[in-house]
Amino acid sequence: MAVSESEMETQEEVKMNKTVFFGGLAIAGLAAGVASAATLDDVKARGSLNCGVTTGLVGFAAPDANGVWAGFDVDMCRAVAAAIFGDPTAVEFVPTTGQTRFTALASGEIDLLARNTTWTFSRDTDLKFDFVGVNYYDGQGFMVPKALGVTSAKDLDGATICIQTGTTTELNLADFFRTNNISYEPVPIETNAEAQQQYLAGACDVFTTDASGLAATRATFEVPGDHVLLPEIISKEPLGPLVRHGDNEWGDIAMWTLNALVAAEELGVTSTNVAELGAAATDNPEVNRLLGTEGELGAMIGLSADWAKNAIAAGGNYGELFERNIGENTPIGLARGLNAMWTEGGLVYSPPFR
Amino acid sequence: MSDTHAQTVSYVRDTMLPQQAPPLTEVGVIKWIRENLFPTPLNAILTFLSLFVVYWVVSHIGPWLFNGIWNADSLSECREIRNATLGPDASAACFAVITERWPQLIFGFYPSDAYWRPVVALMVFFVGISPVLFDKLPRKMLIGTLAAPFLMYMLLWGGSIWGPVVIGLGFVVGLVGFKYLAPINSLLATLSAIILPILFWLVLAGPIIGVLNAIAPIGFEFIQSKDFGGFTLSVVIGIAAIILSLPLGILLALGRQSDLPIIKYSAVVFIEVIRGVPLIVWLFTASLLLNYFLPPGTNFDLMLRVIIMVTLFSAAYIAEVVRGGLAALPKGQYEAADALGLDYWKSMQLIILPQALKISIPGIVNTFIGLFKDTTLVVFIGLFDPIGLAGAIRASTEWNGIYWELFLFIGVMFFIFCFSMGRYSLYLEKKLQREHR
Amino acid sequence: MSTLTDPPRASFRLSQLIYDTRYRSITIQVVAFILILAGFAWLINNTVQNLAALGKDFNFGFLSSAAGYDINQMLIEYNNQMSHGRAALVGILNTLLVAFLGCITATLLGVIAGVLRLSKNWVVSRLMAVYVEGFRNVPLLLWIILIFAIMTESMPQPNQFRGAEPTASMILGDHVAVTNRGIWIPRIGFTSSISGNESVAPIDGAAPLATGGLDWLLIFGTLALSLITIRFVRRRSDRIQEATGVRPKTWYQQVAILVIPVGVVLIALGVTVVAPYLKGFNFIEGTHLRNSLIALWIALSLYTGAFIAEIVRGGILAISKGQSEAAFALGLQPGRTMSLVILPQAMRVIIPPLISQYLNLTKNSSLAIAVGYMDVRATLGGITINQTGRELEGMLLLGSFYLLLSLVISGALNFYNRSTQLQER
Repeated sequence: MAVSESEMETQEEVKMNKTVFFGGLAIAGLAAGVASAATLDDVKARGSLNCGVTTGLVGFAAPDANGVWAGFDVDMCRAVAAAIFGDPTAVEFVPTTGQTRFTALASGEIDLLARNTTWTFSRDTDLKFDFVGVNYYDGQGFMVPKALGVTSAKDLDGATICIQTGTTTELNLADFFRTNNISYEPVPIETNAEAQQQYLAGACDVFTTDASGLAATRATFEVPGDHVLLPEIISKEPLGPLVRHGDNEWGDIAMWTLNALVAAEELGVTSTNVAELGAAATDNPEVNRLLGTEGELGAMIGLSADWAKNAIAAGGNYGELFERNIGENTPIGLARGLNAMWTEGGLVYSPPFR
Repeated sequence: MSDTHAQTVSYVRDTMLPQQAPPLTEVGVIKWIRENLFPTPLNAILTFLSLFVVYWVVSHIGPWLFNGIWNADSLSECREIRNATLGPDASAACFAVITERWPQLIFGFYPSDAYWRPVVALMVFFVGISPVLFDKLPRKMLIGTLAAPFLMYMLLWGGSIWGPVVIGLGFVVGLVGFKYLAPINSLLATLSAIILPILFWLVLAGPIIGVLNAIAPIGFEFIQSKDFGGFTLSVVIGIAAIILSLPLGILLALGRQSDLPIIKYSAVVFIEVIRGVPLIVWLFTASLLLNYFLPPGTNFDLMLRVIIMVTLFSAAYIAEVVRGGLAALPKGQYEAADALGLDYWKSMQLIILPQALKISIPGIVNTFIGLFKDTTLVVFIGLFDPIGLAGAIRASTEWNGIYWELFLFIGVMFFIFCFSMGRYSLYLEKKLQREHR
Repeated sequence: MSTLTDPPRASFRLSQLIYDTRYRSITIQVVAFILILAGFAWLINNTVQNLAALGKDFNFGFLSSAAGYDINQMLIEYNNQMSHGRAALVGILNTLLVAFLGCITATLLGVIAGVLRLSKNWVVSRLMAVYVEGFRNVPLLLWIILIFAIMTESMPQPNQFRGAEPTASMILGDHVAVTNRGIWIPRIGFTSSISGNESVAPIDGAAPLATGGLDWLLIFGTLALSLITIRFVRRRSDRIQEATGVRPKTWYQQVAILVIPVGVVLIALGVTVVAPYLKGFNFIEGTHLRNSLIALWIALSLYTGAFIAEIVRGGILAISKGQSEAAFALGLQPGRTMSLVILPQAMRVIIPPLISQYLNLTKNSSLAIAVGYMDVRATLGGITINQTGRELEGMLLLGSFYLLLSLVISGALNFYNRSTQLQER
């Protein structure tokens, strides 16, 4: 939340610059251009990135009182915008629901979907999208009230379970209970906030969604200690940003922005020292290549040389984004777990910048 | 007779009794209570039942409402204040969320320094619609009615003022062409009224706007559709749809009354298909499918797509209302128009429609109320109407877990809007009834 | 519009297509027809191109592939290995169920509220006014959300029925459990069922009608036969009354015809009432009316009921006072005045707007999305579209279903309306 103040100021500045808007037909603002094959050209011509986010999920994306978006997914969008324009505010957030997100991306309404979306085979192939990486390794878990005395998901025979509809969790749940040959009663709910209210009122015994979401939800309860997460994680939910299939240049930009944030953490580049490290070549050639003081990596993906520097300066490296939005010092309080650096026993890993 | 009865009947009183107060049960409060609350045993039971319902509701909601906490920064702070002042078991509303977020609930993400713009746009709407609603106002104000949509667009979205001005000019071009050609050839005039503006918009409008912008760059800050939210979004969608759907609805109603079978049946099919399918399905169509139906590559923003869909939807309902108005006119009016030798459009324009529309206005207002309430459905396709914003607010870490306060606020706001419009339509209906007598 | 003289046939000029009223209507229609066709061609062409660009095709094959998701309320047998088409059917039946229940209760509520609003009792009429205006002027979506939340917050959890000192208890002699997950009511079971063994035990989550199909068919068939027989008995007594002027007493015959055959069938099937009881996390056995169904049902009934109340009030007010006075003058009792004079006339005013309210209710049932009731929009139009990415086909099917339903309802009720309509000149 600390960012929002400074972001607001920069946004104000942008508005001042745009205070009088003259460009062509005002209608052009409504009929937002014509999508062509090269997404990067469209984005550059438009002057901003259209990024699809959720309509509201604690820690991942939510607007504050001033309408400034904040969250883990939001910062991913800002990093991509900063990589392209050098300006983390050159991004328009398009709220999407579980129902509308894929169509919004397929139709070109948004350029990038960063909405805690699970990378699955059929979404990548049949729905014609490309996942550019994983920004959060998650898995579907269960939360139950402590008073229920349940210690394993296999004890849940006959339980009433709240699920968010329109997600992979529905299918995982059906699979899990079928393989374990136990029955359950699904209560499908449209939004996370609604599901939380149902669960707290006891209208369902169990709330299931991604473990990160469960932790985030539990953190906001009046008495978080009354609820436990069951040990079973019944699915792999690699959440990542995705783009339309077929525009590989655009996909590369999103993919390598994410990788740059990861590499930055590995190399110790943070939002505070990135300006200093990027000002002149350092002793570390990989840092130099990443920050554009050596080599021509930026030009290879059609961006300026300091693209990665801008992306990191936008909100910090992967670790900083994590700590600020969902880390242990936030109300959500997620541990790094699988999302620690590969050097620290996690799965987060970036191919080399070479 | 009166002189004699003193002798014949001894018991007749010959002085007036002093006037006495009526019995206690026949005056004032008691009489009112007896006659209005307890006239029969059944009514007494009903009264007690109703009083119990009222008591029950008040006793359950009252303390919560009156203990409301208006100043806090988050739900947890609200809870702390409650625990400190009333104890943890007391029920207290946390209205602080509304104190903090009400500008967002009203204006969405509209820039706060431009809040005056939607307000002024709403006023422009009322000024524009007043000559339609109150026939005592001077007819010249109708020019303002025609200009109002452009002015409202300019205020709400902003950008250069020349865009809407030049677009509006296109209509003027069409009108001028019609006026000049009408004496020569009516068909040519009608065609020119359609083709000239289109040509103007396609060929001339772009360059003219460019030139005007270069000469006199006047305009407001451009505000994107995605910044619209809260009640501003509901009102903008509602009003835009009702304005745009009126002409379409009238045409559809005329089409449905037409003698030409193909026109008649296309109008019938259109109206029935639109009315037979729920709005939410149409909204999903707008969000999921409209891109399929448009030429490859075109991409509208979602709000515009919603306005298009809601316009088509309400056009079908308006068509039915106007059809009712057309049917309510006595047949003599149609026959008289024919007898005067007026052609179809003239008779409609001069005789039929002015009367039919007048009796349709209450129905149109009711359609608008329904439409306005239905705008809440856009939450399901990811637009931030008041209910959508309530969801977003509940997703922020400060207000996660809040519930009733937001919905109460939204409900009360909707009630105020719709109830006042409903009263107006009722007043209009009564007035029309009086005039028809 | 008519022309006095026919122009000579030979001299047909092209301009006649526009200026001659005989040809103009045809010209206009042909032009309109071509424009409409062109519009459709344009839309279809765009769709084909867009589909090709996205690499998608247009086929309904997905309906027969396995759905993979579970549905909590099903009126017919379903599990997650069955097809998307079957899931859509389950959704359709759920839509029909809530629409049917809603129409009945909305009518009842509406008639009561409409009559009471005209009551001379100040408190009652004010209360009804508050109800009507409150529901008419606030969006239905908000009511659905609120009623759903009130139900989950204020009803006891199944857990509270448990233990040595439960804080909640079942009502009606341990037969009905009201919880915040819905209401469990007793189920009718058959010990010697003719639909096979599996139909005696409840299918998890399925309604009782789905479990003993053949038994219910037998019961209702018997009932229908009895009713037809009763009609014959009545016709016979009508004839006797016309011939002799004395109506024979047949009520005991009618009751016997109604009760005995059905009773015999029920006993033969071994009918039992199975009450719900607490086991594990939830109540089991019995019939589970889920919260989502009840909330949607109540909200739709209350909302539509408020509109119907206004229609009923308007209908009663539309009957002139002279009608009831005339009826009284004829010596009719108040009850008969209402049933023979006022209501038949008021019905003519009430029925047409009532039809459109039924249609609205049916369409509004698609707001089930707000409470997670698994109607056809949630199954076919929601999860299926989302899992398969077939939005074009799915939405087309969904739209056609609602359209068909609307046409059937309005057709049936218009037929009824026409039969009760006053024959005017």
